[in-house]
Amino acid sequence: MIMEIVGILLSAILTENFILVKFYGICPFMGVSKKTDTALGMGMAVTFVMALASAACWAVNEWILTALSLEYMQTVAFILVIAAIVQVVEMFLKKSVPALYQALGVYLPLITTNCAVLGVALVNVQSGYSFLLSVLNGAAGGVGFTIAIVLFSSIRERLDESDVPESFRGFPIALIAAGLLALAFMGFSGLSIA
Amino acid sequence: MDVKKMFKEGLLTKNPVLVQLLGMCSTLAITTSLFNGIGMGLSVTIILICSNVLISALRKVIPAQIRIAAYIVIIATFVTIVDLLLQAFLPELSENLGVFIPLIVVNCIILGRAEAFASRNGVLASALDGLTQGIGYTAALVIMCVVRELLGSGTFGGGILGGGEGIRILPEEVSALLMIQPVGGFLTLGVLIAGAQWLVRHLEKRKQEAVKK
Repeated sequence: MIMEIVGILLSAILTENFILVKFYGICPFMGVSKKTDTALGMGMAVTFVMALASAACWAVNEWILTALSLEYMQTVAFILVIAAIVQVVEMFLKKSVPALYQALGVYLPLITTNCAVLGVALVNVQSGYSFLLSVLNGAAGGVGFTIAIVLFSSIRERLDESDVPESFRGFPIALIAAGLLALAFMGFSGLSIA
Repeated sequence: MDVKKMFKEGLLTKNPVLVQLLGMCSTLAITTSLFNGIGMGLSVTIILICSNVLISALRKVIPAQIRIAAYIVIIATFVTIVDLLLQAFLPELSENLGVFIPLIVVNCIILGRAEAFASRNGVLASALDGLTQGIGYTAALVIMCVVRELLGSGTFGGGILGGGEGIRILPEEVSALLMIQPVGGFLTLGVLIAGAQWLVRHLEKRKQEAVKK
């Protein structure tokens, strides 16, 4: 059990990093990574939503879909659950942390369409994780997302000041920087606990 | 309705991937062989046409406040249909693309076109918009696949041509495996978008010069 937990943490955060290895959640990764503090806020919001969505989707899948043998409705059901959770988080942030709410702007409702959230819910079900492992996988995936986006945003803050060829300005050079970050994360790929 | 202009916009000047910068996740993740790229591109095109048509047909019925939720349910329905069809008839493709088939639901291109085009235009125009944008997406995927496959494994048409192995163009020793891995995805897309930006700017400049003369 403990080995399993450590294995999930290790793979979700480092060796199978959600962004840099599995490509879930590239839109917010590119969109909200211009400043480090916004990136950190986004990372925490996504982590929270991912953990909560893993829990809720596990419950919906186990007690409603499987019980009624409606497994083919997974995609539809999960996306509705996620949309509802994001709505609640949005209302909560607006009320209690208005500064972060302002900073995240349009990217907050867009967490609904973040592949990482739906992706983790689907992967949990496909891997047959228990409730506890699902929540753990969601939270660890979110932590991996946060690490990647914070590292990337500090690279981008420096990129802004550098002299880049005209066609590469903005998005293309950011993608190439992300590629180098992915190359660095490949160094973790040998890690395993067996 | 200017059909030629819509095709030009979908393929280049408003290409969903290269210019609008939407749908990055799948573009980066599955473009490792031509088979995957074409399969994913066509799946998205079909879903995009269907959802555009239905959303356009229902645009006067859906209340504005809950439109996004309604769009997502419509899109998720079509994605589920395509997912089940692929599992039944093309199990190999379904396995290659894995979780990225259900993830088409959250592909920004489809929701983006629903909101920006289908909710404001007629059924026929929306179908055409779905087709041109879908072809633009497929074209971007195919270019990514060809480049990454050629540099990464030295072949062309993996999964389709040459009995599934692909046609070998570069000898095995010179291929850079990195290009098939995540790094290659980021690098290829970065260079490709830079190329598209240069081309769009170049075309505009030429147009302005022509106007001056």
